[in-house]
Amino acid sequence: MSATVASLAADLAAGKASALELATDALARAQASTLNAFITLDAERTLAEARAADASRAAGKAGPITGIPFAQKDIFCAEGWRTTAGSKMLGDFIAPYDATVVARGKTAGLVTIGRANMDEFAMGSSNENSAFGAVKNPWDTTRVPGGSSGGSAAAVAAGIVPAATGTDTGGSIRQPASFCGITGIKPTYGVVSRYGMIAYASSLDQGGPMARTAQDCALLLNAMAGFDERDATSLQREPEDYTRDLEKPLDGLRVGVPRGWLGDGVSADVRAAVESGLAQLEKLGAKRVEIDLPYSQYAIAAYYVIAPAEASSNLSRYDGVRYGHRAAEYKDLADMYAKSRAEGFGPEVRRRILVGTYVLSAGYYDAYYLKAQQVRRKVAEDFAAAFKVCDVIAGPVAPTVAYKLGEKTADPVQMYLGDVYTTLVNLAGLPALSAPCGFGEGGMPVGLHLVGNYFAEARLLNVAHRLQQVTDHHLKAPGGAA
Amino acid sequence: MPLSPDDVRKVARLARLAIAENEIAPTLDTLNRTLGLIDQMGGMDTAGVEPMAHAQDVSLRLRPDAVTEPDRRDALMANAPAAERGLFLVPKVIE
Repeated sequence: MSATVASLAADLAAGKASALELATDALARAQASTLNAFITLDAERTLAEARAADASRAAGKAGPITGIPFAQKDIFCAEGWRTTAGSKMLGDFIAPYDATVVARGKTAGLVTIGRANMDEFAMGSSNENSAFGAVKNPWDTTRVPGGSSGGSAAAVAAGIVPAATGTDTGGSIRQPASFCGITGIKPTYGVVSRYGMIAYASSLDQGGPMARTAQDCALLLNAMAGFDERDATSLQREPEDYTRDLEKPLDGLRVGVPRGWLGDGVSADVRAAVESGLAQLEKLGAKRVEIDLPYSQYAIAAYYVIAPAEASSNLSRYDGVRYGHRAAEYKDLADMYAKSRAEGFGPEVRRRILVGTYVLSAGYYDAYYLKAQQVRRKVAEDFAAAFKVCDVIAGPVAPTVAYKLGEKTADPVQMYLGDVYTTLVNLAGLPALSAPCGFGEGGMPVGLHLVGNYFAEARLLNVAHRLQQVTDHHLKAPGGAA
Repeated sequence: MPLSPDDVRKVARLARLAIAENEIAPTLDTLNRTLGLIDQMGGMDTAGVEPMAHAQDVSLRLRPDAVTEPDRRDALMANAPAAERGLFLVPKVIE
């Protein structure tokens, strides 16, 4: 089994390992890996961060995760690091400042092993939309790792690093966590700062940790979360210790299973694994209740209006003037914009910009954008009603296990349908996680999706942690090398 | 209502995205299929529902109207495709 954040933190605290040793080893694994999980490695920067972590420990200033190596999703600006968001548009972009998540990671003493590969601008569910090539799933290198945080998930699953950051706009932390057999949590919208996190759909985007265990996610979330005045939608709340409830018994926990979520829409192997996860929770004292989310069937349609609409607005900043790709040849300014953008953005990003531009255009705004916002309200109200009769909601993360590379690239709409269980959570802004609950077709991992009410992160991590104390799915590692 | 090739050209122009003639047909096809997915919303009665623009209905904070950022012009312009004397260069727009 690969080391966890908790076990490495204990080694570091006991002086059995140094940050420099851990970083050197992780870097060697990253360099030897053929998964394409990283876009950029910069050994000099990594080792400097590791030395700083060791120095801080020597000065008696170490925190609980000082010296832990991790992979930073290439969407968080980090001063001096190339920050591409998986796009040719930002292929040469060196971030001039730190995202708040990056700054908080530095304060905590985390050591960046490299910049994790991702779908371009976080638009995708398979990591095949990266301008830097697809990432392979370490459980089966002919399959996708999921997306958009596919590099993060693959790097953790392969044991290259014990932890990674991710972002989740419509499932981009939870679905790759499920496909790669690790744990990943998307916090309540507004808990983790978006400052310096390259924007896709601002009312949905949320950063969060990915790691092997729920306990590790809690340790990382402690470092990532917190109010940030630089993010206009950051929530002003008292800091929380997300590890505080990990050991709490689950007696009497009401687990809501939405009617229809384990029906025909989900493959038999995923259903069986999720059912076994639910059975484990019942053995631990939880009570299963049926709930209804009647509007959830419309969520995916609303998501594919709202997210592209916000993306078309956010991505209008890439004009080839202030930073980013500029076309080599053009006749005038308008031509320079149009060519720079057509060359710099990949096909899926261009598609979503076009959809977003269309649904926001004169004459269509009410029928699409306004309607989607109304659906969004009903989806959020569905959840509010459900949380009157249950404490957490459980079900599948995705309809199937990880599919083959290339299998869904020809039909983007088919790929969108794979987001059916995840996008509704982002529309409502709720916290949710994926934790391994078994294996399906081809021996591929399956995640249990747990959704909580606003600010129920500690509760979700508690449920996943208790599950991980009586199961070992999360400790299994892929057979192949990294 | 499905889009036409002219709609694709118009939307691409609004989005400032160059699109080659041979890309129009495949783009039209995916856009129409995406709109087919989106049109499922039509099956839902949303009369009188207040639109939800944000994950949480919180009002945005105000801060004092004061300078908080230092001058970092050179660092922020280091990524510019073309710059001179602190200015971003673009093709001539006024003859």
